[in-house]
Amino acid sequence: MYVYQDYDRQLLTERVAQFRDQTRRFLAGELTDEEFLPLRLQNGLYIQRYAPMLRVSVPYGMLNSTQLRTLGHIARHWDKGYGHVSTRQNVQFNWPALEDVPDILAKLAEVEMHAIQTSGNCIRNVTTDEFAGIDAAEIEDPRPWCEIIRQWATFNPEFAYLPRKFKIAVNAVPAKDPALIGVHDIGVQIVHREGETGFAILAGGGLGRTPMIGEVIGEFVAWPHLLSYLEAILRVYNKYGNRDNKYKARIKTLVKALGVEKFRELTEAEFAEMKDGPMTLTAEEVERMRGFFSEPPYDTKATDQPTALTDALGSNKAFNRWYHTNVRAHRQPGYAAVTLTLKKTGRAPGDITDDEFDAVADLADQYSFGEARTTHQQNMVLGDVRQDQLFSLWQALDALGFATPNFKLLTDIVACPGGDFCSLANAKSIPIAEAIQRHFDDMDYLHDLGELDLNISGCMNACGHHHIGHIGILGVDKKGREYYQITLGGRGDKVTQIGEKLGPSFDTDDVVPVIARLIDLYVEQRRPDELFIDTYERIGIEPFKERAYASNN
Amino acid sequence: MPAIIKDGAIIEDGWVRLTAEQIEQDGLPADGDLIVPLSVWKSQREAIAARSGRTTVCLAPGDEPAEIADDLAGLPLVAVYFPAFRDGRGYSYARELRTRYHYEGEIRAVGDVLRDQLFYMQRVGFNAFQIRADRDIHDALQGLKVFSVTYQGDVKDPRPIYRRR
Ligand code: SF4
Repeated sequence: MYVYQDYDRQLLTERVAQFRDQTRRFLAGELTDEEFLPLRLQNGLYIQRYAPMLRVSVPYGMLNSTQLRTLGHIARHWDKGYGHVSTRQNVQFNWPALEDVPDILAKLAEVEMHAIQTSGNCIRNVTTDEFAGIDAAEIEDPRPWCEIIRQWATFNPEFAYLPRKFKIAVNAVPAKDPALIGVHDIGVQIVHREGETGFAILAGGGLGRTPMIGEVIGEFVAWPHLLSYLEAILRVYNKYGNRDNKYKARIKTLVKALGVEKFRELTEAEFAEMKDGPMTLTAEEVERMRGFFSEPPYDTKATDQPTALTDALGSNKAFNRWYHTNVRAHRQPGYAAVTLTLKKTGRAPGDITDDEFDAVADLADQYSFGEARTTHQQNMVLGDVRQDQLFSLWQALDALGFATPNFKLLTDIVACPGGDFCSLANAKSIPIAEAIQRHFDDMDYLHDLGELDLNISGCMNACGHHHIGHIGILGVDKKGREYYQITLGGRGDKVTQIGEKLGPSFDTDDVVPVIARLIDLYVEQRRPDELFIDTYERIGIEPFKERAYASNN
Repeated sequence: MPAIIKDGAIIEDGWVRLTAEQIEQDGLPADGDLIVPLSVWKSQREAIAARSGRTTVCLAPGDEPAEIADDLAGLPLVAVYFPAFRDGRGYSYARELRTRYHYEGEIRAVGDVLRDQLFYMQRVGFNAFQIRADRDIHDALQGLKVFSVTYQGDVKDPRPIYRRR
């Protein structure tokens, strides 16, 4: 993990002091609501339906056990005993009091955490693959680049008042998109050319009202120029992005309006001026950053499939099932990455209690070099677990309710906070997730269905990433009543792809029966080894349409 | 005379900024130091040259700094107008004036200019601030000294932190 230097700590201290003073001036009436709004948003603070919500930044999803315990402490002392993992790998608290936020930020700063730029019209937390440094297919570790981008983006003076929020993601796995860079404002794909690291840079992807896949703007940007190129894109966006209509203000609309050619021309012109200038990255800096993400001290004598593991797999069916869904191969022999699903039925997807934060911290210390990760599917990961310890870890997780063997299955639902918390929502999303989990409660059946991404958003802002679910559910409002629109065929697995609308939206009570009918059709039509998405791509949307609306005719 | 913040201090200032509408209605005043919008700057060159007082230009969001590139050498000051503090285009304009055109005169933020934006503004190249009239300029002055640490290079020191260590 990146280790804070004195100046990083100094910066956080100054930030806390700044926000403490801003909060004081707001409460004293010296700052209006409107003036305070972007200041608090750039510190992750929303005023929600019932209370403020504080979004804490988890840079590219990495947490150490000390930080986890601090999150638990915050949940316990300043919230109602729980936090929430968001689809951008951050941690949100739904019930802090406004007056307490400066103290919470001070507490976070003690463990090198903050809420900087987790909201507002600025460059947000940089994200990447939750299996960075683990996946053998990755061409290099993306996290040093994420940290380089994070520092450039942090309090960048020119880009604090952009037309709209701005999200950057980095991917290092070829021909796959685990970091969803295709649907980010800027996607950075690490590529190697003649042994040199460089980047293919996409711009203009995004979800929301008009989902779009990003276009390649820079085909190969050599590594020293990464920041200059990003700055060029941001400058073009800051100057020309739409500021009159918030639904047209994301960079995707600008790229579309100008056309890729023109956008690239403007970017290249800005870039030409900065190229080889002071922003150019140095080899020392990149090496220094890489040093922070070096391998943990693995046991080099550990081997794959040790007898402790194979024996347990043979003798314990529940462990065996969990192993096949929630455990993932590791590039280090003898190790594995374990997903803790925060998706037990009855729990809002991504929610985690104060005691559970502490428990995950203990497990991270015991089994995974003191580190854990948050994922964009609202789960957590222990990234470096020795295979001969998987069984005892599983027992511990099972006791905590984190061993639901549904990772990537239908009930591993991604859902935004929706109408229960979010003031922008058209409809609730958590109760829909729960109704689906309750209906599909037969583990054997779920395993038979195989991998299936189901995503729910409470409104067009698409925080639940419904466009990229194999099945997407979107809450809509029709004359004050909650309805749900279903999309099929979205992908955020190997590739990123926007789903297609099934047809007219459904009443709340119809959602579960319709999902069940779609699943039935898949089961009838599938060929051996076909996942839901494969069958869908083979037979198309029509049969699903017919089946979904069958009983309504 | 109204006060502004310039180079970190509060000073009296005599420049008067007029809108295009005001100029259309009352014409260009013959004397006094005057700041006019880009549209007037471009369309009334002769009238401007005939004035006895000094005249300079104000860029508003949507204006291109390139349009005044050739004039910069003769300008003591360029104003950048913020109709609302949340409109961030002016930050890129100031940056462009400094780094692309190497303008070394005064760049003054005018309009909805408030304490909490000043730190960023000075980093992109503003060195003068006309604080919104209903706000205390002495209070605003504190906005210039928020952080002692910066990661990026800026107009004062173009080196990012990794070249300063
Ligand atoms: S998708 Fe809409 S309802 Fe859900 S969290 Fe985002 S803004 Fe709120």
